[in-house]
Amino acid sequence: MIANYGYKDGAGEFYISIDTDKCLACDADRACLTACPKGMFEIITDDYDDEVAAVKQQFRRSLAYDCTACKPAGGYASLPCSSACTPGAIKHSW
Amino acid sequence: MAAGDKKEYWRWAESCWTDDSKNWRDARIVTAGIDVGSVSSQAVVCVDGELYGYNSMRTGNNSPDSATNALKGVLEKSGMKLEDITYVIGTGYGRVNVPFAHKAITEIACHARGANYMGGPTIRTILDMGGQDCKAIHCDEKGKVTNFLMNDKCAAGTGRGMEVIADLMQIPIAELGERSFDVDVEPAAVSSTCVVFAKSEALGLLKSGYTKNKVIAAYCQAMAERVVSLIERIGVENDFFITGGIAKNSGVVKRIEKLLGTTAAATKYDSQIAGALGAALFGYTLMQKQGAAAAKAA
Amino acid sequence: MITAGIDMGSRTVKVVFLEELKVEGAPQLKWGVKGKHMMFPDELDMDVAADKALADGLKEAGISREQVTRIVSTGAGRKQVRFADADVTEVSAGARGAVFMCPSAQTVVDVGAEEGRGVKANAEGRVVDFAGNEKCAAGAGAFAESMARALQLSLKEFGEASLRSDKSIPMNAQCTVFAESEVVSLIHSATPKEDIAKSVLDAVASRVCAMVRRVGIEGDVILIGGMVNNPGFVSSLKTSLGIDHINLPDMPEYVSALGAALIAADGRA
Repeated sequence: MIANYGYKDGAGEFYISIDTDKCLACDADRACLTACPKGMFEIITDDYDDEVAAVKQQFRRSLAYDCTACKPAGGYASLPCSSACTPGAIKHSW
Repeated sequence: MAAGDKKEYWRWAESCWTDDSKNWRDARIVTAGIDVGSVSSQAVVCVDGELYGYNSMRTGNNSPDSATNALKGVLEKSGMKLEDITYVIGTGYGRVNVPFAHKAITEIACHARGANYMGGPTIRTILDMGGQDCKAIHCDEKGKVTNFLMNDKCAAGTGRGMEVIADLMQIPIAELGERSFDVDVEPAAVSSTCVVFAKSEALGLLKSGYTKNKVIAAYCQAMAERVVSLIERIGVENDFFITGGIAKNSGVVKRIEKLLGTTAAATKYDSQIAGALGAALFGYTLMQKQGAAAAKAA
Repeated sequence: MITAGIDMGSRTVKVVFLEELKVEGAPQLKWGVKGKHMMFPDELDMDVAADKALADGLKEAGISREQVTRIVSTGAGRKQVRFADADVTEVSAGARGAVFMCPSAQTVVDVGAEEGRGVKANAEGRVVDFAGNEKCAAGAGAFAESMARALQLSLKEFGEASLRSDKSIPMNAQCTVFAESEVVSLIHSATPKEDIAKSVLDAVASRVCAMVRRVGIEGDVILIGGMVNNPGFVSSLKTSLGIDHINLPDMPEYVSALGAALIAADGRA
């Protein structure tokens, strides 16, 4: 399952997507939990009883603001979350 | 209406229905799904995995009461008691606050499951336009979610966005769809995504000589474009199904169909019950599994 | 030499005339404001409103059209100004005007009714980088306006009320429309207006702050745009940014028009 957490508003499209099939077999030792400086990820048991990473509820409506520290206006090379996720389950839409 | 009362143009019709051709007393397993949304609440009762009855109403001040009242409607109409229901699953925004629920499941999974029942197993894409959110879901032939996005950050493309224009135009919300087609020429969409800016833009259009119907058409078109741009992220695979309150607004639905170049699958059920129905069906599957496990153990 | 800048906003039109000064031994005082004028276009078409604003402005300042060598337009309707020699974006004009007013500032925070943004500028007032939240009312003055209306307060009263609160109630809703319902339920639960006002202004400030952090804070900070007149917002913004002082321009409404006139004088647009 691809889980897209975030939103699209007048300012743009802001989603963090997690490919739960790749996440389920995590061989990065759940590195996303500590890689994000804001601690935005958590491990949940989803509706199909899979233990996978998700973006915490309180961040889902404010990603454009919460991710700013890792995304300076001048550009960025790599993100802590998607770099730490070696299975490649985490992607940003913007 | 008493003098001085403000007319509630946004108010939509509530509904309550039971299938009188079925007798719930003969059923083996009776399950219920309660969907407490931010704007509307629904209760669905299934007998042996088949839809038996539902009640759809506006969400009240708190989730527990809304859940109780929603279910009460079906119980009263059928003569059922809460004890007659084997298993209850809560879903929606207030799912963890359904007092008598045995389990909570997210509305994403429930909508997919409900749409699979309402529109059939060929449904692959579900668009749910709720009161305060918009969801796009892909599912397989069993109604299991394969891809989803949910937008509850922004009012654009939600029922609230529609209520705002009903109030602004002072036209009952149920009439908006039909009125949006009663125009000399189809206008371009309102350009602002943000409901706040779209509202001032709509006022500007009225001032510039647009009829109310034409402003509504421009707004419905904007709503359709907005929702289509949301789905774009996951794409549309046929068959396509629309749930939620805005599924009842032909002005938005027909414009979405035109933009996507596809037709939404029809259903005989109220489009607002998909989530609660899915929850009740999840309950049925769970009970079947438990029954099977118990039979095996014995 | 005299130049002019005209700012065609969605609600007002502003014109500023600049005159070249020759002050011995003070090269920084190269330009001085010769005149300024503001009008509400109301029903007028943009191009007509621009003509009228310029004519009225010239009359007030006591100068003739021929004396003005160069005119630059800015603002949402900048393309509709027939007599402009060039046009520049609000971002460029705002930064140029802000740095002229406060030369130590390199971080320009611009919060108007419909837009909020953080701009990093160099010492000449040129934009180095900026991050904004256009087209969403949540990060702009419109958010506060809408909530003030729900509380039946003017924007000014709203800002003053927030200064009387020391509570910080978090606002859950990000969207202006949803936040209105949240404010209504706060009113119903008898939350003091002061606390609601502060909660709302804190929310706008934190969004603006995130945009400013994207460009990074360098040098002094200056706030421009309509929210300059809202002391409650200024206070919330200071807390959000974690700084003690924010510079506020003398004539906040004219910063962009002034910037456009300065760019006309620079001859770079």
